Amino acid sequence: MAEIEIKTAPADFRFPTTNQTRHCFTRYIEYHRCVNAKGEATADCEKFAKYYRSLCPAEWVEKWNEQRENGTFAGPL
Amino acid sequence: MILRSLECRFLTIALCDAAEPWQLGSQDAATPMMQGIIDLHHDIFFFLILILVFVSRMLVRALWHFNEQTNPIPQRIVHGTTIEIIRTIFPSVILLFIAIPSFALLYSMDGVLVDPAITIKAIGHQWYRTYEYSDYNSSDEQSLTFDSYTIPEDDPELGQSRLLEVDNRVVVPAKTHLRMIVTPADVPHSWAVPSSGVKCDAVPGRSNLTSISVQREGVYYGQCSEICGTNHAFTPIVVEAVTLKDYADWVSNQLILQTN
Repeated sequence: MAEIEIKTAPADFRFPTTNQTRHCFTRYIEYHRCVNAKGEATADCEKFAKYYRSLCPAEWVEKWNEQRENGTFAGPL
Repeated sequence: MILRSLECRFLTIALCDAAEPWQLGSQDAATPMMQGIIDLHHDIFFFLILILVFVSRMLVRALWHFNEQTNPIPQRIVHGTTIEIIRTIFPSVILLFIAIPSFALLYSMDGVLVDPAITIKAIGHQWYRTYEYSDYNSSDEQSLTFDSYTIPEDDPELGQSRLLEVDNRVVVPAKTHLRMIVTPADVPHSWAVPSSGVKCDAVPGRSNLTSISVQREGVYYGQCSEICGTNHAFTPIVVEAVTLKDYADWVSNQLILQTN
């Protein structure tokens, strides 16, 4: 039986409203900035990855990943 | 039908967690939020009854006394400073007594800045829902994801409610603080579960947040609450609250199933 850790992205004081769209977007950008700065090998960035996976719909992440590969992603990576 | 409604009201075992025919009151509360909403409704209803009685009396009295037989010459009252002041201040005081608990509840419902234990994403579609549990991923593709379709009108099993059942339920742990992220894939929807006191709009291009802390185990029913097309009435929501251990077991089993 796999161990399940009951843990998720914390609340963020930058996004205190019902609208959490930018919270999701910001976590995604934070992760990729971290990867760009520290490289894929390190585990330091995994925290941000867990955050954006919890907050972002899979469809959005898929779309953003595709945009990043095409070089058309709008965010400040 | 009437007896069943009475059962909902008096049996402690059978709590009213689904819409009933001819239902007038709220469903029974499963969260502190809904309990607060019900209490606020009762508070406001008290003032509402007082106002109704007072205004009805004034209206009936005016109609009664405006009568050619008993009052052939009506009074010509043009202005009265005292009554003006009274009828300005008094309603304001009543509104104050209504507004204070209302605002208190409104801001306490805004549980955005409490760290939740679990995040669940409810994604609205025409005309079903997709739920994602992504706290347990180690990559972008491993979400615990399933679709939740209504059980057709002519296909229920014995004991199932018409138009309220789904094939896959949302499973949540009781007595745990949850974060619901609500977003649609096509047109506006609204994720509403009356027993939980939750109604959260799904706006295209936006992910909205609502918090739930279910206090008792059970099955709670809701429906899409934003007109979303032809089958808007056939897009139900079913939430099953279980113990934390059962929830962990369920997640483990689901992850194993999705791996195979």
